[in-house]
Parts: sequence; C-alpha cells; structure tokens
Amino acid sequence: MSSIVDLALGKGSISLQQTCSSWRESFELAGAGLVQSNRTTNQYTKEMIQAFEELGPYMVIAPGIALAHARPSEAVLETGLSLVTLAKPVEFGSQSNDPVSLVIGLAARDHDSHIDLMAALSELLMNDEKVNLLLNATNEGEVRSYLS
Amino acid sequence: MKILSVCGMGIGTSVLLKMNAEKVLLAMGIEAEVVAVDITKAKREGVGADIILTTPELVVLLEGMPGKIVPIDHVFDLTEIRQKLTAALL
Repeated sequence: MSSIVDLALGKGSISLQQTCSSWRESFELAGAGLVQSNRTTNQYTKEMIQAFEELGPYMVIAPGIALAHARPSEAVLETGLSLVTLAKPVEFGSQSNDPVSLVIGLAARDHDSHIDLMAALSELLMNDEKVNLLLNATNEGEVRSYLS
Repeated sequence: MKILSVCGMGIGTSVLLKMNAEKVLLAMGIEAEVVAVDITKAKREGVGADIILTTPELVVLLEGMPGKIVPIDHVFDLTEIRQKLTAALL
C-alpha cells in the first residue's frame, strides 16, 4: 500500500543526489519536480523563490531539511510534494539548521486540504533513520520503498 | 488558552508546528487551542493569543504583538517544543 507521502510525490517529482550551489538552484529543482508531476505551473517555482527572498531561510525547518513552498495560488493545480536530495549540503543562511541536504517542495491548493499529508510528512521527517536513508538513496525505487 | 503557530505562508511550517505543539500539549495535559496562520493573519487575528510559536527568523516580524513569542529552531523536536512551552507557561 502506498503511503500518503508516496502518493503526493507524483511521477517526475523526485531528484536525487543533485549538485546545487545555492538555495535558489535547489528551489528551482524542487519547483521543476512539482511541474513535472503536474502539481503546479512554472509560476509556482517563481513564487517559492520570491517567498524565500522575502522571508528568508525560515523554511529550513529542521537540521538539514528545507520545506520549499509558497502560498496556495492559481499556480497550484493539485496539492503535492517534490523531493530533492543534495550530494553536497548547501548553506541557506539558517540560524540553526544549515547546511541543507534535503529539500521538500510543497504545493497546497488551500490552507486545509493538505493537513493529513502534513501529518504524514511530519511523521516521516521526524524519523532520523528514514531521513538518512532518503539522503543516501540513489534511485527512486529506493525512496518509494522507504515511504511505504 | 490560545496559541498561534505562525509562518510566512500559513501552510507549511505553521501547520507542522501546530501538530507537534498539540502532541506536546496533550502529553502535558494542557488544554489549548492551536491555530496555524501566516504572518498577515497573525497580526490581524492574533490579538487574543497567549503564546505565539514561530521560527527564529520570523520573530522580528512579529515583535510588538501581545502574547509571548516562542521561537522553535527545530519543528520536529518535541523535546525542544516541550521545554520552550513549559518555560513560556511559567
């Protein structure tokens, strides 16, 4: 049985062991994953980047983990996630959680309909062992097996 | 008691903070309503909140609001949330 996180990660939403030199590049990859899997339009990627520029690195929510997202908008076609792992950790400018190795892209249609997904995502990211497995994964099948 | 969890967009960090704060409050036996909002909504509707949970980077944007501002570094760290909430409730 697929988990709710697995289902939220559509086809083309997972990019592993990527090389990025900045938070911006990693957001572009997270955005591209959401676009590829038909969850957002390209505009949403711009909105995520703009949100980070405005509000700064608060999106680095835990050591090594960034949650790339913007507000619900027209650019969101369907609620979904993307997942990017970085071969080399990148500094985002976070006070306590740099450097980042895992970027989760999040698109939500509204403020409420993704709550179950967030609970499942929280459960997953709270599990250090699973996060480590995700960070070391080299193919999508591996990632999906950890999500079930 | 009313607690706000606040982030920039109101869909990501604040939702995670709300869920984890609720777990901690339940374990502590404290009855509280936790509402996840973005900064704009927090400023508009957050007047009656006793505690405002947020991330360190956003504290500066919330200063001046009534209620105790409690920055959480690691939104999945229930121990940190429990310690900081306990201190804020004293």
